[in-house]
Amino acid sequence: MSPILVWSIALAQLLLGLAMGCAMLRMIHGPRAQDRVVGYDSLYVSAMLLLVTFGIRSGTTLYFETALIVALLGFVGSVALAKFLLRGEVIE
Amino acid sequence: MSAAAGVSTFVTVLTAVLLVAGAAITLIGAIGLLRLGTFYERAHAPTLGTTLGTACIALASMIYFSALETRPVVHELLIIMFVLVTTPVTLLVLVRAAQLRDQLESRETARKPPSIDGAL
Repeated sequence: MSPILVWSIALAQLLLGLAMGCAMLRMIHGPRAQDRVVGYDSLYVSAMLLLVTFGIRSGTTLYFETALIVALLGFVGSVALAKFLLRGEVIE
Repeated sequence: MSAAAGVSTFVTVLTAVLLVAGAAITLIGAIGLLRLGTFYERAHAPTLGTTLGTACIALASMIYFSALETRPVVHELLIIMFVLVTTPVTLLVLVRAAQLRDQLESRETARKPPSIDGAL
């Protein structure tokens, strides 16, 4: 792997880690519950992108499947939380 | 160097640029999530990462693996499609919930002062 790609992957991972930190701060002191859910949504998307960059770094497609599962379960989780805020029940 | 023997410099530079651009766009969205004032403004910011950021990074992965395995690798399109379809659904439900909660709260604060006055 060429040094250009190694350094750009490291930089991309640093930026995505900072994005995850911003989303985590919003989750920790979001003033209300819906702010925390938006923070969670942003957090799992950044984590999924971080897994894709790990996949490019390692050269295997194993991380792609992990990223897909993170996207799927993150979507289910955030919709369940939003639905809970809407009615107070997840399944009606 | 042996792992990337078949990958040309053009593909390497393209992958690097797309990766850094996607990660920077995602970070800008996350900073917006942290800095913007109200909830309805904040709900817009992370969509920068879920549309353009995801598209850039998945495209970089597609280009790099296509060059590495010398065959078209397009399964990252699944991630792009999935995130693109699911993010509006989440935000639609969430903003509707926030609107409902705001209405309930304003109704409660409108009702509260008279009841406190009446109690006093």
